Amino acid sequence: MSARDVVLGRVRRALADVPREERPEQVPVVRDYLASHSPADPVGMLAEHLADYRALVHRTDAGGLPELIARLLAERGSGSVVVPAGLPKGWLSAVPADTVRRVPDAPSVTAAELDAVDSVVTGCAVAIAETGTIVLDGGPDQGRRRTTLVPDHHVVVVRVPDQVVESVGQALPLLSPVRPLTWISGPSATSDIELDRVEGVHGPRTLEVVLVRE
Amino acid sequence: MSGATGTYLGMPPFPRAAKDAVRDATLRANLRHATHTIRDKRAAAVAELPDWPELRAAGAAIKDRTLRHLDHYLVQLEERVTAAGGVVHWAADAAEANRIVTALVKETGEREVIKVKSMATQEIGLNEALAKAGIRANETDLAELIVQLGDDLPSHILVPAIHRNRGEIRDIFARNMARWGRAAPETLTDAPAELAEAARLHLREKFLRAKVGISGANFMVAETGTLVVVESEGNGRMCLTLPETLISVVGIEKVVPSWQDLEVFLQTLPRSSTAERMNPYTSMWTGTTDGDGPRVFHLVLLDNGRTDTLADEVGRQALRCIRCSACLNVCPVYERAGGHAYGSAYPGPIGAILTPQLRGTAGELDASLPYASSLCGACYEVCPVAIDIPEVLVHLRERVVQGGPVTVRGTRTRIRPAKGHAAERAALRAATWALDRPGAMRAGQRLAGRSRRLLPRRSLPGPGRAWTASRDLPAVPAEPFRDWWQRRTRGEDGR
Amino acid sequence: MRVALFLTCVNDTLYPATGRAVVTLLERLGVEVDFPVEQSCCGQPQFNTGYRHASEPLVRRYARAFEGYDHIVVPSGSCAAMVRDNYPRIGRKAAAEGRGGELAGLAESVVPRTVELTEFLVDVLGVTDVGAYYPHRVTYHPTCHGLRMLGLGERPRRLLEAVRGLELVELPGAQECCGFGGTFAVKNAAVSAAMGADKARAVMATGASAVCTVDNSCQMHIGGTLSRLGSTVRPVHIAEILASTEEVPFR
Repeated sequence: MSARDVVLGRVRRALADVPREERPEQVPVVRDYLASHSPADPVGMLAEHLADYRALVHRTDAGGLPELIARLLAERGSGSVVVPAGLPKGWLSAVPADTVRRVPDAPSVTAAELDAVDSVVTGCAVAIAETGTIVLDGGPDQGRRRTTLVPDHHVVVVRVPDQVVESVGQALPLLSPVRPLTWISGPSATSDIELDRVEGVHGPRTLEVVLVRE
Repeated sequence: MSGATGTYLGMPPFPRAAKDAVRDATLRANLRHATHTIRDKRAAAVAELPDWPELRAAGAAIKDRTLRHLDHYLVQLEERVTAAGGVVHWAADAAEANRIVTALVKETGEREVIKVKSMATQEIGLNEALAKAGIRANETDLAELIVQLGDDLPSHILVPAIHRNRGEIRDIFARNMARWGRAAPETLTDAPAELAEAARLHLREKFLRAKVGISGANFMVAETGTLVVVESEGNGRMCLTLPETLISVVGIEKVVPSWQDLEVFLQTLPRSSTAERMNPYTSMWTGTTDGDGPRVFHLVLLDNGRTDTLADEVGRQALRCIRCSACLNVCPVYERAGGHAYGSAYPGPIGAILTPQLRGTAGELDASLPYASSLCGACYEVCPVAIDIPEVLVHLRERVVQGGPVTVRGTRTRIRPAKGHAAERAALRAATWALDRPGAMRAGQRLAGRSRRLLPRRSLPGPGRAWTASRDLPAVPAEPFRDWWQRRTRGEDGR
Repeated sequence: MRVALFLTCVNDTLYPATGRAVVTLLERLGVEVDFPVEQSCCGQPQFNTGYRHASEPLVRRYARAFEGYDHIVVPSGSCAAMVRDNYPRIGRKAAAEGRGGELAGLAESVVPRTVELTEFLVDVLGVTDVGAYYPHRVTYHPTCHGLRMLGLGERPRRLLEAVRGLELVELPGAQECCGFGGTFAVKNAAVSAAMGADKARAVMATGASAVCTVDNSCQMHIGGTLSRLGSTVRPVHIAEILASTEEVPFR
């Protein structure tokens, strides 16, 4: 007998008390929790909650975006930036090409090569106000998962208010589980030393979120 | 260190281990500081959500729905994972799971793997099994790294090195990092930020060269075949994304029915666990994705006592657990005894009900765990999936001293009462006998009243010594209440 | 309204003053209270140690002793919780073991009538000022089963706040268990003692002259630890404070 049969057989015997005719959906699940806890201003809450967990939050409009991104990379002293294939062309238009090397997000780029890159600029799939969360789904303006993981500086652009939802419950239906998803709430952190929170371990230690009003 | 950390095997019963822990002043201070810090933070994070009771009830109900139809959801999960390019394996016990993982790693030709913190692999002793096959498992969670470098055992579900303070961690890093890779900086101090930086540098080279990653999962969505790992440091993202092969070992109870069900747990887990609105990183993946992440994905579904737990209608609720560790942080017994006294990967209140169900109550340590509680109920109060831990503790105490029906490796059987409780059983039965006969009870009360001046208040003999070692006894009154009552109703009280 | 006192075996044997205080207090509030002498113990020590079958005769005894009373008043959060939470479980398990519905039926009959003392005062009688006088500095420790199983909430505090002369001082870490836990106190004596010592030190640090609870079994542990540490803080059951008046201070 296969291990599969053994385990499933044990499960079925263990559930001898469950009536045979009972269907899973007949087990009651009352969902009377709130669909959202947000007040009138989800974008404001997103900014506040991102900042609570030490993300650096910036606001601009579409016209100001290229200058802002250029400034953030310059302030950081970045000499190289990973560029997802579908990043809107204009976003890096103010970043000088002679001093900041563009590294494409391509399968041929190894993790070790990414480790030598200073920054990464991406868009996002959706942002959640209540939890201060940015969700990446590997879309063309976001690239592969390692792209936003290995470089130490991540600049992520959120179009507000279009890409902002209030709650986790509102975000899930907008996301496709078929795509690999990364939910980011502030830069990496640990509480492993005396349960005190320290920001910055393995992921990008600096997370800059640009809220672009359209 | 052999690449394997120690083992919980052969540890003494809880009261003996706890007695030693209570005397360890450093341990007491470390645990008190850490648990009290997180307790207040958790309360604040939970208080932010006015619908917490509804979320808690929904979380429990979703898990109950899953457990009552676990076969259905497991089959569905298997189908979806397979369709998405994953390979599903089943393991009835720890040995089988270890065999499967070891063979999968060997097939890749690799001699080392990187691991993201996983309770399931701790439970089955995977690192030790891999070490026997000549494969080095590198733990990458900061606390797991501290434990591994210190040749130590985890003592907490969320923060395995909670028993270590920053000074001890500094010493472990300074002493042992060089042996396994990049050494700690010469100037390392005990500042948490510096310690985290040392870990970052030490592990980075391992991440960049790793070909095989091993993980657990917090949730598996049956409807979509999606696995979810919730973490803080980014080591999880590294392990789940950079290697070519990913092997996830997950307990069968981690399945949830639908994608939308995550809305409940992604609210309750971070707030209960690290007291955050949301943990820094959550990774979700469904099978494999072309050009992004591992090309090969194996899922090992682990039983190892879970179906035996499922077979018990009272004890079953322990399988709702989402491993948040809120019950540990709030437990006054855990705070004083520490995690190692519980003798398994699962310490604290949840461990006291999970371990004796997963492993059975035949061992002396396992039989002592249901008694490692004052039944104060703080664990039940904070549990985000409403596991009535005190109820299960008492239920398991019955199993220990009364015996009764249990399921062992899938077979229904009856166990006999555990040995070593004969005197207690006799005493409590005698108490019932006397208490069920008011005449006998009254005779006892009067005897105590008459001899009350002879009774020592500070040094009882025999088993009573356990009381008087730290507490005086109350003075025995001249007469019990019922004598006063009867005199009074007969009009002798002078009123 | 027929009211019975279920004093509990611990109070009957070791703390008769608490029983006399309950009678004094209830009579002062115009409640005629009876003490059925057939009562003994709720069965909690047996049940919580794992000897459920040994607790069953005491469930029957409790139901028999208090048959016909409208309210069964219990000056112990723990014993009241035993009846309300665990008697139905004992009934369900006996039925599941094929022994019929007798115990479940008994549980069903006693559970709605069983009230802890402060619940009886606040919910049934609707009083919070019971006319008591107790000129002392008091700290209140909410015992676990009253706090978490019964959900007594603010009831004891509201009663204490209305006592003239009483200065109520906050107990730091009040909701933490004192470490008694029935047989836990001897089975895990080291941890129990450590918890007790922490609780006793917290009590001493308040500067109170008395520590008040709704449970004398926990008081036996807290008071015994205080006494061993050389403290003069008195453990007092809430009934003894509420029974005390200017004319008749409770001894």
